[in-house]
Amino acid sequence: MITTAAPEREHYLNASYGIKSWLLTKDHKRIALLYLATITFFFFLGGAFATLIRIELLTPTGGIVSSETYNKLFTMHGVAMVFFFLIPAIPATLGNFFLPMMIGARDLAFPRLNLLSWYLLVIGGLFALFAMLAGGVDTGWTFYTPYSTTYSNSWVIATALGIFISGFSSILTGLNFIVTIHRMRAPGMTWFRLPLFVWAHYATSLIQVLGTPVIAVTILLLFCERVFHIGIFDPALGGDPVLFQHLFWFYSHPAVYIMVLPAMGVISELISVYSRKPLFGYKFIAFSSVAIAVLSFLVWGHHLFVSGQSLYAGLVFSFLSYFVAIPSAIKVFNWTATLYKGSISYDTPMLYAFGFIGLFTVGGLTGLFVAALGIDVHVTDTYFVIAHFHYIMVGGTIMAYLGGMHYYWPKMTGRMYPEGWAKLSAVVIFLGFNLTFFPQFILGYLGMPRRYHVYPEEFQVLHVLSTAGASVLAVGYLMPMIYFVWSLRYGQLAPANPWGATGLEWKTASPPPVHNFDEPPVMTHEAYDYSTVIQEEIEVG
Amino acid sequence: MADHVDTLELREQFDTAEQQKDASTLGMWIFLITEVMFFGGMFLAYTVYRRAYPDVFAIASSSLNAVIGAINTGVLLLSSFTMVMAVRAAQLGQRKTIILFLTLTLFFGGMFLGVKAYEWNEKFQEHHIPGQAAFHLEGVAPSEQGHAQLFFSLYFAMTGLHALHMVIGVGLLSFLMIQAAKGTYSATYFTPVDVAGLYWHFVDVIWIFLFPLLYLIDRHLGKPL
Amino acid sequence: MTGHIDSIKTYVGVLFALLILTGVTTAVAYVDLGAFSVVVALTIAVIKMLLVALFFMHLRHSNQLTKLVVLGGLMWLGILLALTLSDFATRGWLGVPGK
Repeated sequence: MITTAAPEREHYLNASYGIKSWLLTKDHKRIALLYLATITFFFFLGGAFATLIRIELLTPTGGIVSSETYNKLFTMHGVAMVFFFLIPAIPATLGNFFLPMMIGARDLAFPRLNLLSWYLLVIGGLFALFAMLAGGVDTGWTFYTPYSTTYSNSWVIATALGIFISGFSSILTGLNFIVTIHRMRAPGMTWFRLPLFVWAHYATSLIQVLGTPVIAVTILLLFCERVFHIGIFDPALGGDPVLFQHLFWFYSHPAVYIMVLPAMGVISELISVYSRKPLFGYKFIAFSSVAIAVLSFLVWGHHLFVSGQSLYAGLVFSFLSYFVAIPSAIKVFNWTATLYKGSISYDTPMLYAFGFIGLFTVGGLTGLFVAALGIDVHVTDTYFVIAHFHYIMVGGTIMAYLGGMHYYWPKMTGRMYPEGWAKLSAVVIFLGFNLTFFPQFILGYLGMPRRYHVYPEEFQVLHVLSTAGASVLAVGYLMPMIYFVWSLRYGQLAPANPWGATGLEWKTASPPPVHNFDEPPVMTHEAYDYSTVIQEEIEVG
Repeated sequence: MADHVDTLELREQFDTAEQQKDASTLGMWIFLITEVMFFGGMFLAYTVYRRAYPDVFAIASSSLNAVIGAINTGVLLLSSFTMVMAVRAAQLGQRKTIILFLTLTLFFGGMFLGVKAYEWNEKFQEHHIPGQAAFHLEGVAPSEQGHAQLFFSLYFAMTGLHALHMVIGVGLLSFLMIQAAKGTYSATYFTPVDVAGLYWHFVDVIWIFLFPLLYLIDRHLGKPL
Repeated sequence: MTGHIDSIKTYVGVLFALLILTGVTTAVAYVDLGAFSVVVALTIAVIKMLLVALFFMHLRHSNQLTKLVVLGGLMWLGILLALTLSDFATRGWLGVPGK
């Protein structure tokens, strides 16, 4: 087992040195790592807020923070996690790194735009961070008017500006991906030979370019109202706060699919390679990704069921919301069918994939519960909804993200992570997650409202269980931080294709050369054709 | 592969100049679609409130000068014409003609902005600026002055956002002029002129909708002009 | 957009059409067409948009993907408007108080 560096072959990490070579890079792989650092920071920032929230909720009468501060905690937890972690996470790190390689290209279509996207995320993040440090924002991550426009005394503008700027990061990334996939595929790389990870990111990019501009203009209007008092949403002038909600959720509902579609793309890759089988129903999975992207734009009114939206519109949105579950279910069925008679390995990424399938299913099914008007009237604004979306975002997206990080770590860094510790942390995360969020379904159904830190005593047991789970989960998340960093120095050197996977990204060295491939690749076989994997690629280097 | 070509016409990530041109053009069209959705949010707000307060909106609309608005629309359409002529000149590799038509486009664009500034100032004089204590629209009951403010909020937000895009366009075209003067563009490489043209025309299309929606609401009801 | 260079005549023709339509839409606004006014105004605006897009933006010479992108974008704007208006236009329809 070799742990010291062999005589250095040139690759993207050592081809140039110094801070300028990173901050002015055009290499999509380096930009992916820049993003990795940024989103990891915001993940732990959002996690810190979550920690404070869970500690506060240990006792029914609060006590650690005031109500005003508590409002800021859940707002900033949401803002940090949604806009600065979940939305960029998989597309900007794994997507940026691997999309060009998967299609056989040297880089994305617009490398400098890619770098600009990162800078926009950082600048937006700095605005949001400033707001958090200067006193915080307390409107909820949803910024409902008229509280956010007229009555809140917190740093609304700074936070809103931060989100506005980072939105352009998302738009430009989506634009870049769409053009790249359409125009830069290698010879022989037809649409139906693309890895499903690429299809998933294509669908995600469609949502990013069509949806994000709407929240941008909404924030602009909020800014104008708050600063210039122009009153588009002000009831005193005849404005309608529900209009804000329509505009906000037109983006924010599809946004949750920006968060989950790339995760599903990762899972497709993992299920295939660790069953050593082509994915069952490739075209179904590919088309279901695009179907999710399209349908996701037709359902936003289910966030407005009790807002004063017309009952007729509520019926329409509820009906449409049921449809969006269908393509997701198709994926789950296809992944499961892929496992059947597969040659299954239980490497860490596969553990995360299994976790995803189970937890995403729970999250998705409970989404159907809340899509039903009658049930939603009862559970809206309770912990039931919180549990629902955390099952998808954390049990789904974050598990897929970690699975992808472990799967692609050898390719990105040239090092293997320690498998024993990794398996352990996957199990710790799974257990911690369920202990944190399952009690929240019960809490919500029993009536515990969201965004409250004072609650009836009979809910305390469930809150204590949830906080205990959060502690376990925190440990689980810290472990990869430690062993990933450790592996950079001491990890086993990785071969080109440690997992025996198909896909052009595994045909090049680990870490890859600056221009990805030594020779321009040509795709000559179907996707997930395991007969093309060469034994030499898998040998430890 | 240390010998990657990396020039303006053929960046290293592309295999052929045609691939690069196709990618750039597609990229600009997708960007324009994002702009459709961006402006779209405001068009939505406009639609909702015009349906809710049709009479007040009609009175507010007629406080704008439709003739000036129409003339300004013509100016902008002229600038689109000169812009496409600039692109045509680029296709033909006619350096001096490119510069001529870009100059004309900038002239008409600047004229448009100047007229807009005049119109906004007029609104300021007439106390039609929303959010101000002195706001008052004649012919509208006190209980509905708020609705009138909504019209003007949308008026300023939409024409303001449009004007901001024009200013950015002016910046882009100025940059193109400098490049054209240096001889950067030829019949085989003029993509920046092409995509800037797309942007400029798009901003024109936005105005094509803004003009009737803001200036021409039920003009037969109100006072002439 | 390889090779297709439109004639100056084409562009001048489109310009005149656009200017005339601008005059028409302004004049028609002063005629009482009731609810039909807004339909006429928007129809003229759409025609002008098509002239600019097809001729000035060379959409008629563009490839299928570009046309699909434009169509998709306009459809998406349509979704935003139509579904939101499905709320505002139907408030009070069901006769349930507050809905």
